[in-house]
Amino acid sequence: MKNSRRSFLKISGLSALSLSSLSIGNVLASSAGVTNTSPIGDASVKPEALQAKKWAMVVDVKKLAENKRYEACIEICHKIHNVPNMPNKRHEVKWIWEDEFKHVFPGQEHEHIPDEFKEIPFLVLCNHCENPSCVQACPTKATFKRDDGIVLMDFHRCIGCRFCMAACPYGSRSFNFFDPRPFIEEVNPEFPTRMKGVVEKCNFCAERLAKGQQPACVEVSEGALIFGDLGDHESEVSQILKKRFAIRRKPNLGSGPQIYYLV
Amino acid sequence: MLERALSGGKRYWQFVTILMSIIGVGVICYLFQLYYGLGITGMSRDVSWGFYIAQFTFLVGVAASAVMLVLPYYLHHYKVFGRITVLGEFVAIAAVSMCILFIAVDLGQPQRILNVLLHPTPNSMLFWDMIVLNGYLFINLIVGWNALSSESKGVPPPTWVKPFIYLSIPWAVSIHTVTAFLYCGLPGRGFWLTAILAPRFLASAFAAGPSLLIIICMILRKVTKFDAGQEAIQMLSKIVTYAIIINVFFFLCEVFVAFYSQIPEHMDHIKYLFVGLHGHGVLVPWMWTSMILMLSAIVLLIIPATRTNERTLIIACVAVFVGTWIDKGLGMISGGFVPNPLHHVHEYVPSLPEIMITLGIYATGILILTILYKIAISIKEEVE
Amino acid sequence: MQKNKMYDKEKVLAGLTIFVIIVTFPFWYNMGKAAPAPEIKLSDKAKAAKVCVAPKSFMTAEHMQILDVWRESVVRNKKRLYSSLDGKNYNMSLSTGEDSCIGCHVSKADFCDRCHTYASVRPYCWDCHIEPKENK
Repeated sequence: MKNSRRSFLKISGLSALSLSSLSIGNVLASSAGVTNTSPIGDASVKPEALQAKKWAMVVDVKKLAENKRYEACIEICHKIHNVPNMPNKRHEVKWIWEDEFKHVFPGQEHEHIPDEFKEIPFLVLCNHCENPSCVQACPTKATFKRDDGIVLMDFHRCIGCRFCMAACPYGSRSFNFFDPRPFIEEVNPEFPTRMKGVVEKCNFCAERLAKGQQPACVEVSEGALIFGDLGDHESEVSQILKKRFAIRRKPNLGSGPQIYYLV
Repeated sequence: MLERALSGGKRYWQFVTILMSIIGVGVICYLFQLYYGLGITGMSRDVSWGFYIAQFTFLVGVAASAVMLVLPYYLHHYKVFGRITVLGEFVAIAAVSMCILFIAVDLGQPQRILNVLLHPTPNSMLFWDMIVLNGYLFINLIVGWNALSSESKGVPPPTWVKPFIYLSIPWAVSIHTVTAFLYCGLPGRGFWLTAILAPRFLASAFAAGPSLLIIICMILRKVTKFDAGQEAIQMLSKIVTYAIIINVFFFLCEVFVAFYSQIPEHMDHIKYLFVGLHGHGVLVPWMWTSMILMLSAIVLLIIPATRTNERTLIIACVAVFVGTWIDKGLGMISGGFVPNPLHHVHEYVPSLPEIMITLGIYATGILILTILYKIAISIKEEVE
Repeated sequence: MQKNKMYDKEKVLAGLTIFVIIVTFPFWYNMGKAAPAPEIKLSDKAKAAKVCVAPKSFMTAEHMQILDVWRESVVRNKKRLYSSLDGKNYNMSLSTGEDSCIGCHVSKADFCDRCHTYASVRPYCWDCHIEPKENK
């Protein structure tokens, strides 16, 4: 019996090994089986969905400021997406908002800028970057870039590490410091709310594009926001950018923002 | 081995009880945070990382500094460190444990933490941080534990431990490098966007860690029969001297680049920390305290008379530790977030529950350290 | 050779007994008190439809699986249209629209909660997704 402990360890090790290989075998067998006998049907993109190679938005700054059209854009976005109105500014959640030129384009302001641009409100939202640093930073792929260029959040997967917030050079992301539900005045049942502890931001109205609709802010902007496919040379956005000069936020960072501001 | 932690004098148990009650308060505050959300901290949309991540950053440095004992002892056979190398490794274990806890309490959805393993993402620095931190914890557990158990048996450590010891040297550098990479690879944050961040982190780590060890050695000499030896402490103090000078030098390099180039994104954060920005400057007195502490420590450490005098040496070590802590555990993280990417200034001050949770984690680390040291010192007393 | 001697026999046995009692506590505490398994109450709409997105046996046992597949598909792959094996089309959504899960299974209380409460599982779907009006 001198070796009993050793032989026990050997046997238990071997049995653990065979057990684990068994379970691996099971998984393999079942995954192989899924292709043959799965009762789950097929998923496809809806025929009415709007599709593009590279979604982008053009902001006609002057037109947007007329009659305070930007206010409607902000309001409709936050309303349909159940964005909470947090009482403490520190915990603010916002997808789209307005700010002055010197804050939206820091480093580009100078004292000789025409007054109309100094005072005019600029709409800011997620830039849906071509090379998004938030996606690079996310440790779980909870934020990811779709093949049509939209940078999205998977709220089910987000662990709330807020690395993406540190990575975003545009301050486009908000964190749910509390459960947002009590701070939503009127819940839109067509769109989920978020839970505490996850990051959120503008989704370019992915849920509306899937139904063949334009983003909500574009729809209420009376033509001041133009949304379209920059991968298509004939699209309205491509045509406008060919004719008129547009600037982007912090283009020197290489993130490739896809919101273009006409000035 | 472990049973030695269960037999101790009255003072030992008193100390453990105090730590346990601080941990208890911290746990209660954490449950509070878990229930209500991170809104109970001082963090905000603009300063989205705060005290937790700052402590994590500082403690990664303390953990990495164990290499300052391991390297001379195992690579250069510097025998004087033989008695205290395991103490350094145990500091590393306690510090890494605290780091992991600080990351955990900082998460908005901690129950999803395993998503990092379920969806491994090598392009995220946080993924690598998880690997290097856990790896470092295990390496030090293996190495420290084996060194100690063979010491208690009076035999040399098993040969299979050797590769782990050698591995621990580059690994220690890697943990702090990866931690710096969390910050310095982010395009829009001018304060961190500097290639010197990782070297700077390492320099401040190799100053803070060994100065902590000197303090610990002096405490141990008072409360136990264990004496690290004059020579070991003097050698440690030289390491602290070089490291703190290099740390301040690196910082001055940063200041030069920012202010000679005159690039606002790089200047504004340093301005915020040292003179305030647009009328905001809660950290200004802290940052100057840190600078004064580090500079006066350099003076005390450079002059041989004050370095060799244990009284002045301990003052210098405390100054180094507190100075580097303010620099990294207070200024480094919120300094990078103020001003925000749209150049608005929103300041950060930690909240009371946040501080209590932080203290709870520190108490946990000190408890781990106390237990490990109790075992180590008991064995060393038995052997002698 | 002392291989048959057991040290601290009394303490070890007492400790073991206490351990076993604590571990088995839920079983003997709840003995004989088992609640009957709940019956799912189908809504009229669901009854009329006769079929779900997959066979009933599969949905009963594996609905969480399909929800997981759907959420990956909708959130990450843009695919929101589901064609079941018997050729019917559905909107791949838990809570939005007439042809979503809850559009047919209109009552969360009758459909979801009955089993979940019984099985003591608390899925967090409704932390974000809006539950149907009837519960308010």
